[in-house]
Formats: sequence, C-alpha cells, structure tokens
Amino acid sequence: MVEQTFWDEMTGGGADVRTVYGRVDEWLRNTPPDVLAARRTQAELLFRRIGITFAVYGEKDAAERLIPFDIIPRVIGQGEWGRMEAGLIQRVKAINAFLCDIYGPREILRAGIIPSDLVFGNPAFRPEMAGKRAPHDVWVHIAGIDMVRTGEDEFYVLEDNARTPSGVSYMLENREVMMRLLPDLFSNHRIAPVENYTDLLLNCLRSVAPPRSGGEPVVALLTPGLYNSAYYEHSFLADRLGVELVEGHDLSVRDGIVYMRTTQGPRRVDVLYRRIDDDFIDPLAFRPDSVLGVPGLLDAYAAGNITLANAIGAGVADDKAIYTYMPEIVKFYLGEEAILKNVPTWRCREADALKYVREHIGELVIKEVNGSGGYGMLVGPHATRAEIAEFEKKLVAQPDNYIAQPTLSLSTCPAFVEEGVAPRHVDLRPFVLTGAEGSRVVPGGLTRVAMRKGSLVVNSSQGGGTKDTWVIEDA
Amino acid sequence: MRIQIHHEIVQTFDPAAKGLIESLRLTPRSHEGQHVIEWRIDVEADCRLRRSEDAFGNQTDMFSLQGPVDTLRIVAEGVIETFDCAGVVRNSIERFPPELFLRDTQSTAPNAALRALGASAKGEGRIERLHALLVAVHERFEGVDAQSSGATSAAQALADGKGGARDLAHVFVAASRTMGVPARFVSGHYFDDGEATAQCHAWAEAYVEKIGWIGFDPVHCICPHESHVRIACGLDWLDAAPVRAASPGTIGETTSIRVRQPGQHQSASARTQSQQ
Repeated sequence: MVEQTFWDEMTGGGADVRTVYGRVDEWLRNTPPDVLAARRTQAELLFRRIGITFAVYGEKDAAERLIPFDIIPRVIGQGEWGRMEAGLIQRVKAINAFLCDIYGPREILRAGIIPSDLVFGNPAFRPEMAGKRAPHDVWVHIAGIDMVRTGEDEFYVLEDNARTPSGVSYMLENREVMMRLLPDLFSNHRIAPVENYTDLLLNCLRSVAPPRSGGEPVVALLTPGLYNSAYYEHSFLADRLGVELVEGHDLSVRDGIVYMRTTQGPRRVDVLYRRIDDDFIDPLAFRPDSVLGVPGLLDAYAAGNITLANAIGAGVADDKAIYTYMPEIVKFYLGEEAILKNVPTWRCREADALKYVREHIGELVIKEVNGSGGYGMLVGPHATRAEIAEFEKKLVAQPDNYIAQPTLSLSTCPAFVEEGVAPRHVDLRPFVLTGAEGSRVVPGGLTRVAMRKGSLVVNSSQGGGTKDTWVIEDA
Repeated sequence: MRIQIHHEIVQTFDPAAKGLIESLRLTPRSHEGQHVIEWRIDVEADCRLRRSEDAFGNQTDMFSLQGPVDTLRIVAEGVIETFDCAGVVRNSIERFPPELFLRDTQSTAPNAALRALGASAKGEGRIERLHALLVAVHERFEGVDAQSSGATSAAQALADGKGGARDLAHVFVAASRTMGVPARFVSGHYFDDGEATAQCHAWAEAYVEKIGWIGFDPVHCICPHESHVRIACGLDWLDAAPVRAASPGTIGETTSIRVRQPGQHQSASARTQSQQ
C-alpha cells in the first residue's frame, strides 16, 4: 500500500504543534509512558466498575465487551467548533424540513430534486406516516451526525443518523472518567461542558409534548430490552434523565392514550424517547410478530396523544442514497449553501457511476445503502483480491443497493497505544438535539478512534475505541 | 346490484384476554364501482370505536377494552350498490402515486419463481400481460381448496402450489411488481348467484397508465364486477386485513358472512373457523 499523508490534528502536518494542542503536547512530553499506562489501567478499571459495555453482533464468545478507551483527549478550538456547530444545526433543520415534506406535500419530488423511487421504494420510508404531522414539525429530535476532518478547514459529513443514534453515554462517561484521572490537565484548560447534555435532552423532549393541562409532561425511555447492544446506554440515559426505563409490555394504549404500568397504577405518558426500531414498535401497524412494541402506539400518535422521539419513518432521511442529495436538500428547503460538505459519492444506481466504481474498486469504500455499523462494506485498499471479487458480485447483482466513496484521508490524533504515543485516525459524532425552540449541540461529541495502525474503520463493532473530545476556548 | 351484507366475527380467547386492542378494516368506501348506502359496525363490548383513515385511505376503526374477555362479537353490516366497471376502480381515494405500490413487503418479496411467473406473462401491452398473468396464477392454483391458507408469503404459496384467495392475490401482486407494474392487495367480499364466500375475499389491483387501477381476481380468473365489494387496499394483506389484534393468548376466530339481494328471498351464508 502506498503511504498516504494524513493531516494530524496536533501538528497540522508541520513541525509546530497547533495552538489548541499546546498544553496537551506539553503534558505528553512531561509524562513518562509508564504513568500514561497506569492512567490507562485506572481508566479501564473505572469503566469496568461502571459496567459500560457494548455487544458486538456476530462474535461468538464475548457477548459484551469494553470499548477501548484512549486517555489522550482530542482538542478542538472554539472557533472551528463554531463553524461546525452552525453546519450541524443547518443540516438537521434541512433533514426535518425534508421529512415534513415527504410525509406531507412531497414538493421536493415534484421539483424533481430527488428521484421519487428513492423515497417510495425506500425500506425506511413508512407509508403509514404519510399525511401525519410531527408535533412542532420535529421528526428528528436526536441526530448523530458522523463527521470526519481532512485538513485545517476541511470537515465532511460521512453519514447522518436520524433513527436511534447511540453513543452519547460514552461521550458523557469519557468526560467523567477523564476528570477523575487527569484533574491537573483539566484545570489548565477551559473546556466547554458536556454534562448538561441530559438536561438539554429532557428539556427538548418535554418541549415537544402534546398540549394537555396540568403538570410536567411525563417522559419515558422505551428500550427493546436487555439483549439490545445499546441496552447499557438506555438504562444509563433513563437514569440520568430521571425518567422511567420501559419495555413494550410496560406500556398499553387505551382509547388512543398511552399508559405505563407503575406501582401506583397506570400513568399517562406524553413523550416516548424510543430506542426501538420502527419495524418493531407497534404490532398492529408494523410487524405483527413483534413482541417488543406497543400495540396501538401509531394510532395514539396519529391522535396527537403521544410524541415519539424520533418520529416513526425518520430513517428515510439518513439513508445513504438520500445522503448523496443532502447539499441539494439544504438548498431546496433553506435556500442556503450547505455549510458542511458531503463526501463525494458515486451512486451505483447510475450506470456511469457503476462503471467508474468497478474500474476503481480497489481505491474506494463501498457501502450498502441501508447498512449500518460498518457491516456489509468494502474498504477497497484494505481488501484482498478474493474479498473484492466476492463483493463485486453483490454489487453487480444489486447496484441500487450501493454507494461508493473515495477513501478519505481521515485526520489523526495522538493516541496512547502499544508502541507509545502515535497518531491514529478519528471521526466525530456530535449529537444535535431539536425541540420546539430549535436545535442545540453539546460542544464536541463522541470521538471514535481506530486503535490499529493505518486502520480507517472506527466503528466500535469493528474494534474501534473512543476518546474524550474537548472544545476549548481559543488561546 | 344492491347487496345486503351481514359480516359477523366471533373471537374467543383462551385464556381470557386481560386487555385487548384491535384495528378493524371492515367499512367499504364509495367509488365508481360501488356506492355505500348504509353501513355500521358494532363491537359487542363496552368500548368506544375510534374511526380514522389510514395512509392508504381505508376506513379504520380502533378499539381497546379491559378484560377479562373470553368471547367477542364484531358485526359489520350494511347495504351497498355495485356496478360493473370492467374491473376499473375510478374515483377511489388515493393517497400515493402508483409508484409506491412497487414496494416489496415481507409477504410479497420476490424470488426466482415469482420473477419467472411474471416473465411468462406475455402480451402486447400492459393490460394483455396482466390478463396473461391472471390466467397463469389461476391455472397454477387450479383445483386447490380455496379455503386453505397456511402460507406466509407469495413465494411460499407459489412453492407449495396451494393457497386461498389471500395467497393468490399475494402471488399476483408480487409477480406483477417484478414486471415493473405497480400492484396492490385488496380485501373485500364476493357474492355470486346466491353463493357467498365463507371467508373475506381478496384480490389484486394493478396500475395501467391512462386507465388507472384495474382489479384482477385470480380465484375466479376475472376482473371484479358487480359481485365484488371492495373494502380495503394496501401493499399486502397486513395493510388491508379486516381485523388486526394484539393479544398474548390464542385467538379463535369464526367468521360468518350473510349476503343477499334485498327484495329477494334467496340468501347465502357461510362460516369458517380459524385458530391463530
């Protein structure tokens, strides 16, 4: 493989350390490796004690395991964060406008901006939601936008997550653990807080509650249960939010109103932060064999008696085929140029693009339009000849199902790994909260890091780790 | 033709259901081929029916009740006037462009056999091809007991070579979609010469440019006419099912349909039983 050059967030590719990393660099130079190693061991102990784990699908032995944590923080300056934040809010605004439109008047289809079969044929499009309005026109209350950086001012959106994005518990716990491990390093930085995330989330959820008289709206978190890979996060968030963690059988719908079982009898629920997929959420409307859902929930929603966050059918907006149209979507609804760039993408459904992709298959990353979590993708430069041949068969059989992107020169950050402190590739998932009063983004987000040298795959299901992300006041 | 329909569903729960929530699609709507004169639904329990229109324009009634419930009787009855429109459905309520009905669902997912069936339907234009498909599906299931239906999908029914009206409609819909023709599932009643079907009937509709939606009934190998009462439509059976219920216990269901032409003494009735 040809050695590519990558932009490093600490050095900027030059000899000097970038200003924002000044104090971290100093700390790294003054801390011997065995102290770093000791800190890392302490961090691991803390995570084990907290019990933060993650289930990896497809692995036989370890049903749940610890996500590797890197103790060197990633630092982003307030100025560069500001631009990113504006771009994220703009993007989520456009996503919500898009969802209002395609489940409503469908103007974007009539204008010919997006081919209609991409919407109507999309598995994540829910015909059942057509004609329904989301309270305050918010469909996506919690969005996780995956971003990568390739240079000083080069930020790209890799993928939008508009269904049930996870990972925010790691953002919060990474910060807590870091504060306990490295109080000195903390005290000489002015770091924007992230711990108010759950307060913002609760306000956001309450703000979209259906109007009814008397008292605070009742919020609950609906989980598919113990066997879900993100169950830890569900229980963590419910605890921090101070709301009930419920499963489908804890809820029932009577005359279009949702009740939860409590020790004091049934209690009406106004907002459900649901972490259960559309397919399983209501056996009367969707998969009849689902035992995880709540029968009648869609009807209660249609009657305006419950708000679901995120709304059913929001997934059509984060589909990888729709993603390629995001710059046009921003322009169509907001009349603005998109602040955040899209990664150049070939839509394999288009004959010319497919031809190009097949000719350059060894250089590209090819993804399933509806895949997630790094499953079902091909990273050309890292694949063997046999893997490529195998994948090409699938690609040719169903070109509509794939998009291709160049392998981006993902930025690197210093990480503490086997060989000491070395650059590793990172991405960033900021969480955008949208309620009745607009959007808020907690500064930073979840940084995922590919712990193996040269690896570009940061997904936790593929062995990636995480690190704390600091947005600091520019010196 | 003026038709009087009395559609009765008796559900039994074992063990008795603690609570129950169901959605009903039992109310026909008017279009050019049928005019609903009067219609009512009655659930014999202390509950409120909440009427709404689903995404496909079907009239839906939801109800929930507190148990224990061991038996529940649901009656839908009314008078409807039907007209022969050669199967063409005009002025129906349409909430989606025909293109939506190219979507696959679990029960209409295509496989090689369904694609082959679609490809075997040859003809000059789309209508001719659809008629060829109608005949092909009808012949494939010829002589089969129309009541038996254990199949979960079009592909399964085709492989088994047997099935009821629901399965034939699924097969037609799935094969039609493989031909690039938007198609959908229709539930309703069928009445002919004093004979009522013992089950709710089902057929398909396919879209033909410049004409619109046309019905195809593969059980009788005809386009629906005066004898068909159209109740609900959707991507598959689930969207148009007369009753969808969620209850942890087993549900036994007895359906009986009495159909007669007012003013005449002849009447037809039939019963079926099923266990879920």
